[in-house]
Order: sequence, then structure tokens, then C-alpha cells
Amino acid sequence: MKTKAIIEKIAHIIFLISAVVAIFAVGAITIFMFIKGTPAFKSIGFLDLLFKSEWAPTATNPTYGIAYIILSSIVATFSAIIISIPIGLLTAVYIAEMANNKLGEIVRTAVELLAAIPSVIYGLLGIMILNPLMYKLERLIFINNPNHQFTGGSNLLSAIIVLALMILPTIVSVSVSSLNAVSDKLRSASLALGASKIQSIFSVVIPAAKSGILTGAVLGIGRALGEAMAINMVAGGVVNFPLPFNSIRTLTTQLVSEIAYSSGLHRQVLFTVGLILYLFIMFVNFCLLKVRKKEED
Amino acid sequence: MENTKIEVKDLNLYYGDHKALKNINIDIKEKAITAFIGPSGCGKSSFLKTLNRMNDLVDVARVEGLVNINGKDIYDEKTDVTLLRKEVGMVFQQPNPFPMSIYDNVAYGPRIHGIKDKKRLDKIVENSLKGAAIYDEVKDRLKKSALSLSGGQQQRICIARALAVEPDIILMDEPTSALDPISTSKIEDLMEELKKKYTVVIVTHNMQQAARISDYTAFFLNGEIVEYGKTNDIFSYPKDKRTEDYITGRFG
Amino acid sequence: MKRKLIDNTVQALIYLCTILSVLILAGIIIYIFVKGLPYVSLSFLTSVTSPLKGTKGIAGNIVNTLMIIIMTMLMATPIGIGGAIYLNEYASNKKLVGIIEYATETLSGIPSIIFGLFGMVFFNETLGLGYSLLSGCFTLTLMVLPLLIRNTQEALKTVPESYRTGAIGLGSGKWHMIRTILIPSALPGIITGAILAVGRIVGESAALLFTAGSAKILPKTLMGFLEKPFYSGGTLTVQMYLSATSEADFNTAFGIALVLLIIVLLINYATKLLSKRFDVNRGTN
Repeated sequence: MKTKAIIEKIAHIIFLISAVVAIFAVGAITIFMFIKGTPAFKSIGFLDLLFKSEWAPTATNPTYGIAYIILSSIVATFSAIIISIPIGLLTAVYIAEMANNKLGEIVRTAVELLAAIPSVIYGLLGIMILNPLMYKLERLIFINNPNHQFTGGSNLLSAIIVLALMILPTIVSVSVSSLNAVSDKLRSASLALGASKIQSIFSVVIPAAKSGILTGAVLGIGRALGEAMAINMVAGGVVNFPLPFNSIRTLTTQLVSEIAYSSGLHRQVLFTVGLILYLFIMFVNFCLLKVRKKEED
Repeated sequence: MENTKIEVKDLNLYYGDHKALKNINIDIKEKAITAFIGPSGCGKSSFLKTLNRMNDLVDVARVEGLVNINGKDIYDEKTDVTLLRKEVGMVFQQPNPFPMSIYDNVAYGPRIHGIKDKKRLDKIVENSLKGAAIYDEVKDRLKKSALSLSGGQQQRICIARALAVEPDIILMDEPTSALDPISTSKIEDLMEELKKKYTVVIVTHNMQQAARISDYTAFFLNGEIVEYGKTNDIFSYPKDKRTEDYITGRFG
Repeated sequence: MKRKLIDNTVQALIYLCTILSVLILAGIIIYIFVKGLPYVSLSFLTSVTSPLKGTKGIAGNIVNTLMIIIMTMLMATPIGIGGAIYLNEYASNKKLVGIIEYATETLSGIPSIIFGLFGMVFFNETLGLGYSLLSGCFTLTLMVLPLLIRNTQEALKTVPESYRTGAIGLGSGKWHMIRTILIPSALPGIITGAILAVGRIVGESAALLFTAGSAKILPKTLMGFLEKPFYSGGTLTVQMYLSATSEADFNTAFGIALVLLIIVLLINYATKLLSKRFDVNRGTN
């Protein structure tokens, strides 16, 4: 009888420990990001680091401006979201509102598979298909422009397209579940007033599902901001102002390409880049929480 | 005396292999209230939904026979279902306002049908809310969400929403079954008003309600109309034994 | 009529977007098969790339991937299941549950490159593990934890309350009830979570590049295998990244891409199958 009670107690404690691992992990990561990411602000100066755009860490007089890097991340993420939301939402409308069971299941499976494909495969496809295509376009547009630095197609546009494709499944699947959650009573009410099916979907069902769709968009933003390998493979590697045909560096690709060989102040600054990415992600998470709360009300 | 508004001839309705309505023949009179009564599962609601083709939404549903409204076959290939439903409005069992403001709920139908002029919409909304006897209760909070209203008020908003597209006929599918007695009596009073302008068809499982408000009553059983006639006649001198059994409460 | 025109245009757009999504997937699969199939052979799967011997193969990466999967799952699964059991069955302090769930949510939103950075500094440098499979496993354990907790929690929620009260009513202790009733009933959901976690591990690259490193040699002795967790090892995805970038060996990259794709398809099929069975089970309850 006594051993039984001891076993029960031990089980309880073990489960408790397992549960708090997550808290410790988040705590440790947060503390570490701040400890490693803040010194560079002191050594370089807050404003110089954030708002100067020139990045030359290995020059004789090294400069560490990361403004373009931050800007590139933001531009790439939002462009990708803007492409992905309409395509994803319309695909979700097809699955949730228009398809019969069998076709809907096929499309749904296809979208799930898109989500499951590893990001390095997207990167490889980007290199093999997208970059040559972009290079052709680049030559067409800039053939007589001596100021343009040719990229061979590794540019912001390629990054945006790859990102848009990678976040599409998130947007589709979250939108499908929020469309499915809309009561059929609303659809009937709209149809009974003489609205067509399409009118009903766009003026009643989608507005009723909007906070769920917003959740999908925010999740997509988080994913796009954090994606590293695929963009690193297709976007080239030059710190530049984010114009469509420029090679760019984002917060994530900056880390992937330089952390391995960096040292000293250069390394400190890279950790600051990591910290900024982390703060962006925390902000996105916070928004997600707010949107979800609103959805529950 | 009164004109026939809806004429139904030899109507059969199938859900897959199941025959839900058998050989329905009925003439529904203009500017009167016609009530469909019968035990649950008798087909009265299904029949109501054939009158504005809401059964089209059910994949396995199939209709045979003739339904003429204003002398036109509504199941004809050339019929525009959206125009049909504009003419034949519907109020559902559960109040189902859209999650938008009161104003937008009522303006929804007119907007769908292409009315954009703000002044005209204002007028339509006001008239419809008055027609549904709820204008005075909500006139100061038209921009508030319709979901903030009580169940009875929501149902009258839904009636106003149906009136706003200027229908000829209003179908009501057990419109008071989810409401409290006070809201119910308000809606019953409203129906008396509505029949002056509209043809009203109501499905109800509440026999007293049918007796109180309707001019004509049809008794449904197992997908058939057992008896149809003036409400007074049906309740005073039922011709069929089954009608009598139902009216005297010998049915579930 | 104007309305008909708009309706039809929108409908056409919906079909267009849907077809686009499906065609892109089909295109990716076909492209990878066509490009990768010529390079995938028995020797590609069983030998190691060596300029000296002139062989090309990914056996080392396959072994690394398998070792990382097994070791990570051995660590993460018990913690994930245990954490979920605590949250669903034990926790009475609402605040603590809220904090743990928020932490789990946050953890699942952190990008893998941040995990990689953290793992590199904490496991490689602070704990002195260096570039090693073990360091990669610790990092991935944190990464897949939310997935396991959430799926187990969902599965536990579907177990009817009557099972619990029934077992406790018979005098069973809580841990006994969990072991004999709850976990078996929730097993399909738990396994689904585990398979999804394996999928995540197979596809991961950013978190491993700086923790597990990229070595591709195959241990030659039994001792070598046993010591492998303490040495650097690149998984299939890491190798694929290097092949497609710094090594510029696209043949190998496509070969690995095909292998990865097949694994991903199998994993997806397995979860579909499981969730169908799970639904059937629930239907009879």
C-alpha cells in the first residue's frame, strides 16, 4: 500500500517536470538571445547598428549597418503574404464551400503535402527553376542598364515566390477550418434572400470567418519571417536595398551564411540580428494570441 | 373569392431513394395565412422548402411535379433561382441574423440585388423594420450588432430582412418555436399585419397557433396532405379520422 | 447581367487558384522524380562520397538521419507525453497550465534558425558537446516538443470521462489508470504526433547545420557507431543543402531530394491512415 502511494507521487512529479520543460526552454532561449544579442548595441551604438545600411564586417574599417537586412525581411515577408492570402483563401473556399467530398479531399491532401516538403527542396527547386527564369527576365529588363548589378536570378522576387508557396498551406488549412466553422444557418439565410452562392460566400461566410482567416495570415507571417534555408538558397547573398531584382540578405539568411566563420564583434552583431528576428517573432506570437482571444469572444 | 397564389400539382420529393413527399396537390391563396401542421417528420418543412427551392441545396433531393407561383413554373429550367427567392422570402426556425449590424442585416438583401444608393437603402431599412414591428425598439442602435438583441428581436430582424427585398410571399418555418411566449405573441400579431400585403405560409407544430392565426390549414402525415381547407372547418369538422386524432392530441 | 458576370469571374478565379495549388505540387513531385531517379541506385544509398575511391553515396547521411530521429524521439516522446498528461490529468493550478500552454505555443512559433543558434551556443559551446549528433538531438527535442504535447493533449481529450471515473471507481490508482486505460486509448493520437515529429526532424536543416554539423563519413566499427553521437554528422537535408550550394553537386542534391520526398509521402500516408482508423475507433465509442 505504501509503495503504491510512493509510485503515485513519483509519477506525479515526473509528469510535472516534463510539463515545465517547455517553460524552461522558452526562458533559456529568451535569456540567451538577450545576453548574446545586446552587447553589440553597446559596442556599435543603437542607432548606428539599426539605421545604417552598409554591411562590411571583414573590411579594414568594418561597418555593421543592418537596416537593409531588417528591411529585406519585412519586404519579403509582406510581399509573400500579399500573394499568398488571396490564392490561399480562394483555394480554401474551393475546399470548404464548393468541392464535393472526393475532389475536396484531393486538394486538401495536395496542400498538406506542400506543407510537408522540406524547405531545402523548395530551395533546390528555386535554384533550378526560378533563378534561371528570373535571370532571363533580368537580362530582358536591364540589358542596357550599366548601373544594374546582375544577380543571375538570385533576387528578392525569387525569395518572395518561394516564401509565398511555403506559407500557402498554412493559410489554406487555417482558412478551411474557420470557413467550416461558420454555421450553415447563415448560408441558408443569405441564399433565401436571393443571394447567389458566390455572393453568400463573399458577403456572409468569409466576413463571419475573418478572425480565423486573420489567424492564418499571422501564422504565415511568422513562418515567412523565420524561414532560412530556402531563401538563403534562392535570394543571393548581398546586403542590398530590397528591390525586386536585387540580391538580398534577410535576418535569417544573414545568420545562415555568416555565423559559421564569424568572430569577435562580427559575431556579436550576428547575435543581434538573431535577437531582432526573435523579437519580431515574439511580437507575431503576441498578435496571434490577441487574434485568437478575439476569435473566442 | 381569393386568388390562388401558389398552385402545386402532383408533387413528389425524393431524398435519394426515400420518398419524402407523395403526390401533393394544393392551391395556396393570396394575402392569407396558410398553416402546415402535422407531427415531426411528416414532410411539412420539406414541402415549405420546395416553394423557394431551398431543397436544391440538398445534393440528393429530387423534385417531380409542378409548382406554379404567379402562374409560372418555378422548376422550369429558365427560372432564375435568385429572383425566385427574392420573390419568396423565408424566415427560419432559429433566428439567424448575420454577424453584422442591424442596419447591414436588413440592407443585405437590397444590396445583393444591386441597390447602392444610401438614401434609398435608409428608406428600405426603416420601412422594413417598421413592417416587422421592431423599428421603435432598435431605431437608436442600427449600427449595433444584431447578435446583441434578444431572440425574439432577432427573429423580427430576420423578418425585416426578408421584407426588405420586397417579396410577394413569406415562408415561415416554425418561426416561434425557439422563442418565449411574449415574443411569440408579438410575432403572431405581426403576421396578422403581414397578411394584408403578403401571402404568408407558416409551418408550425403548435396547433393552437395554427388555429389562432391562419385562414387555411393543411394537415400533413407521412409525406402526404391528409386534409386541407379553411382553418375553421379543419378544426371544427375534421373530415378525416387521422386529422381528428391529431387535433385531439392522440399523436406523438 | 452584371451579377452573373461577377459570379462567373470569381468562380473562375477560385478554380484557377485551386488548380494552381494542385499543379504546383504535382509539378514538384514529377520534377524531383524525373531529376532524381537516375542518381538513386543501390550504391548511392549504401556508399559514402569519396573523391579517392570515386564513389558517390549518402549512406553516412542516412545513418546520421536515422540516429538523430531515434535519439530525438527517445528523448522527446516521454517528455511530450508526460507534459501532456500533466496538463490534462494532474494540473489543478489554472495559472500554471496557462503559462505552460503559452510557453508551448511560443516554442512552436520560434523559427528553427533560432533553435540552431541557441543549440550552437548552449549545447555545442557551453556544455562542450561541439558539433555532434547529440547536440543536434537536444536542439530538435525542444523543437518537436510542442508538436508531441499538443497531439497527445488532443488525444487525451477524446478519451471519455467515464473511462477515468470507471477505473478510479474500481480502486485503481491514478498512475495505474493512466498506464492501463488512458495511454492505450489515446495511442493512435500519440502515434500520429510522433510520426509528425519524425517528419519535422527529417525535413529540418537550419537547426542542425550549426549543431550536428555536416560530416558524412560512415563509422567503420561497432565502437565507431556507439561513439557517433559525440561526433559531427550531417543529415540528408543538411547534405542536400551543401550539395546544392557550396559543393554544387546537383546530381547528389536531386538524389537526396527524391529520397526525402519519398519519406515525406510515406509519412503523410501513414498519418492519413492512422487518423482514419482513429476516427473509426471514436465512432464506435
